[in-house]
Amino acid sequence: MYDWLFSATWPPYVVGAGIGILAWMTFLLSDRPLGASTAYAKTAGMIEKAISRENVASMPYYRQVTPEPDWQWTIIIGVIAGGFIAAYTSGTFALSAVPPLFAAAFGADTFFRFAVALAGGITLGIGARWAGGCTTGHGISGTLQFSLASWVAALCFFAGGILAAGLLFGFWFL
Amino acid sequence: MPFDGIRQNRTLQVLLGLAFGIIFGFLLQKGGVTLYDVMVGQFLLTDFSVLKVMLSAILVGMAGIHAMNAAGLVRLHVRAGSIGSTVIGGLIYGAGFAVLGYCPATAAGASGSGALDAAVGMAGIVIGAGIFARLYPVLERSVLNRGKFPAETIPQLLGVSPVPVACAVAIMILIILALLATMGL
Repeated sequence: MYDWLFSATWPPYVVGAGIGILAWMTFLLSDRPLGASTAYAKTAGMIEKAISRENVASMPYYRQVTPEPDWQWTIIIGVIAGGFIAAYTSGTFALSAVPPLFAAAFGADTFFRFAVALAGGITLGIGARWAGGCTTGHGISGTLQFSLASWVAALCFFAGGILAAGLLFGFWFL
Repeated sequence: MPFDGIRQNRTLQVLLGLAFGIIFGFLLQKGGVTLYDVMVGQFLLTDFSVLKVMLSAILVGMAGIHAMNAAGLVRLHVRAGSIGSTVIGGLIYGAGFAVLGYCPATAAGASGSGALDAAVGMAGIVIGAGIFARLYPVLERSVLNRGKFPAETIPQLLGVSPVPVACAVAIMILIILALLATMGL
């Protein structure tokens, strides 16, 4: 009866509908849209704060994004835990370093994949804060509210992603 | 507003954030969208799982949020964007996303399911956010406010209520999902 709960994958429509209902709950119970990238800015702020408290107090950005472990921060800890629970209970949890698609195109060197992931992460982190949100905050929470900025952002995410992926892996449709 | 007692309880909110995060991570993992190959496959236009998840979430999410907003149960949280902020930042984000192969939420979900490269990516996102915070005063003066958008929401831009926009978005989403299904993507 509970087999579906432990199956490795659910249809994307079911998962999407679930995220939609989750968005209702965050608005209703927390008066906030679902978002993910703010937690990373808060983490950066907490690290800065651990190094120099005065420095953080003088930085205007951390007056907007307060470096505290609040709702927006615990959500990302929850996502790590949720990913683990889903993978572990369906028997798909496995340590991995180089994804198959990356290995096929660029080789299975772990250090190289980590260097690329770090560079990509830094770029993404700058872009997410620059645009004021990520795939979750703009791409789902903002678009469903009909935010003009979020629809423009989502289109730019895809444009930038398609261009970069095509340059890395080649455009199959050309 | 109703639920203000819950919304203002800081300890409860921290726990709710954790609970919402667990559900979110669980769903992302079940949807397969925490996989690098699936995420990059979306940008290579060979795997449309990411788009299917996003469009289904928008379809279901918007119905509830706008109904609850009309009933006075929730308020919207939208911010105005600009070309300097939204477009430039969005393009940088998209490029970084394709190189990393995970977004901030799916990197966390993938880390939880054992993808070590996603954990390295998470460290990168923190560094990137930290770099942006340091550049923020300069960017705020020079780029971020360039070309401000004329409205916060699409209904405001068009001068209509959210209802016709919701109908149009719903039809658009259903057509895209039906097309993807018929094309076998």
